[in-house]
Amino acid sequence: MTTSTPRAATAVETSEARDPGRPLWRRLLRDTGPVIGAALIFIVVWQVIVIIGDYPRFILPSPLVVAESFVDGWLKGTIAPHFWTTLAEVLLGLAVGSTAGILTGILLARSRLAARMLSPYIVAAQATPILALAPLIALWFGTGLGSRVLICALICFFPIAVGTMVGIRSVDPKLIELGRSFRASRRQRLTRIEVPSALPQILGSMRIGVTLAVVGAIVAEWAGGDAGLGVLINLARGSMFDIPLMFATLLTIALMGVVLYLIIVAIERRLVRTPS
Amino acid sequence: MDAIELSGISRSFDIKGSRLLALDECELRVAEREIVAVVGPNGCGKSTLLRVISGLLPPDHGRVLAFDSTVAGVDPRVGLVFQEPRLLPWRDVLANVALPLELAGISRREREERAREVLRLTGLEAFAEAYPDQLSGGMAQRAALARALAPEPDVLLLDEPFSALDAMTRERLDSELLSLWRQTGTTIVLVTHSISEAVFLSDRVLVMSQRPGSIIADVPVDAPRPRTLSGSGASKLSAAADKVRAILAQAAPEEAAA
Repeated sequence: MTTSTPRAATAVETSEARDPGRPLWRRLLRDTGPVIGAALIFIVVWQVIVIIGDYPRFILPSPLVVAESFVDGWLKGTIAPHFWTTLAEVLLGLAVGSTAGILTGILLARSRLAARMLSPYIVAAQATPILALAPLIALWFGTGLGSRVLICALICFFPIAVGTMVGIRSVDPKLIELGRSFRASRRQRLTRIEVPSALPQILGSMRIGVTLAVVGAIVAEWAGGDAGLGVLINLARGSMFDIPLMFATLLTIALMGVVLYLIIVAIERRLVRTPS
Repeated sequence: MDAIELSGISRSFDIKGSRLLALDECELRVAEREIVAVVGPNGCGKSTLLRVISGLLPPDHGRVLAFDSTVAGVDPRVGLVFQEPRLLPWRDVLANVALPLELAGISRREREERAREVLRLTGLEAFAEAYPDQLSGGMAQRAALARALAPEPDVLLLDEPFSALDAMTRERLDSELLSLWRQTGTTIVLVTHSISEAVFLSDRVLVMSQRPGSIIADVPVDAPRPRTLSGSGASKLSAAADKVRAILAQAAPEEAAA
């Protein structure tokens, strides 16, 4: 039994471990090449459509014009303050929504009674469009940061609650029995067995949650607000009438969503072990 | 004083509305430091019996005593090894072995020290930082055994612990189990499908009837220890095995080939 040496638990999932011989630039090319390629194709098609259709820049600006506006907006400080406002809403909303979602998911998984009582209403709340709810929340709680965070939290609550519930319900009963055989308390069962075991599902639902939170922030800002990327879109479309800036703002929102999503994926990589 | 004493144990289950009697008036005594194997036909309630002894499953009737005191609820003096390793896949071997100590509220330093000690005992030191998916079946079951030993139980219950392993690994682990037993002095109750394994390991082989299960025979194995598969005691081992086989053939004719 000592003939084989243990494979050390090093970072098995990094590309470095997969092919150690290759130089760094080749690995980078392989990992990011397809993404950049797809972007190039998208930009070229966009440019071709603009040229063929001969659209004016207030209908469909060319990618070059948008890029210019994007860089300009960031350098001149038009976008940044709105960006930080929206980012704050998204992060606070995600924090509140995922805390509430995880706790509710645990409750739903644990108690049949709670699941029967709450499930229909949670589903009904989710089925009600946030677009219709947002003005109501603005009416009741004002248009301050609190209301906008609440809308973000509401929209990402549902997938995270459901993901947590499903994750905890599908914990291997054999591991639960193992915990019982070592006299784990209810709390220990939750923290040492159920939550770690459900972590892939919980983090998977947070991937969905974070992109929804970005949508929630924009909707909340439309329903009322004096700053944020949603407000900037309205300004660019309305009083400023700067359509390239509107596109640059859309680009900023999309990038924010992508980066936040990738951060959750990175956290997942750190916390969840992928078998070698 | 017996390590384990069961008297008049009955246990039934409700399966889809019908009542299934798994254990019927089971009697069992295991002396301190003894190794007792339980064999019986499929579905005779062997696993149920172990769960009752461990306190995981309360009996409908009867009494379970460990060292003359009643077992009510899962008993800390009794450790259980399951058929599968049941290691937590997100923890390395060291953290898995330390789990029972962690659940008992023992400090990190102390439990890691203790876990490393048990890993040394089971020949797993080099694997402390490995994850379960990196272990072979035999290594994983060794880790499960180490985990059960970490809290230093007085009685170790094993539920077909090596049945999923290949024959060579199994024989090796059987020998290791005996050497662990010599070093720790733990009382062992083992459920197995293999008559040769039962005879090789134990002082007595208990034979269970078909369901509803009860113990119908108690076959002593008086081969000297330490035992080897080829040594001088081999003929005594095979004599005991033949006896167990004959009793099983009578109790469960259709399974006599097993």
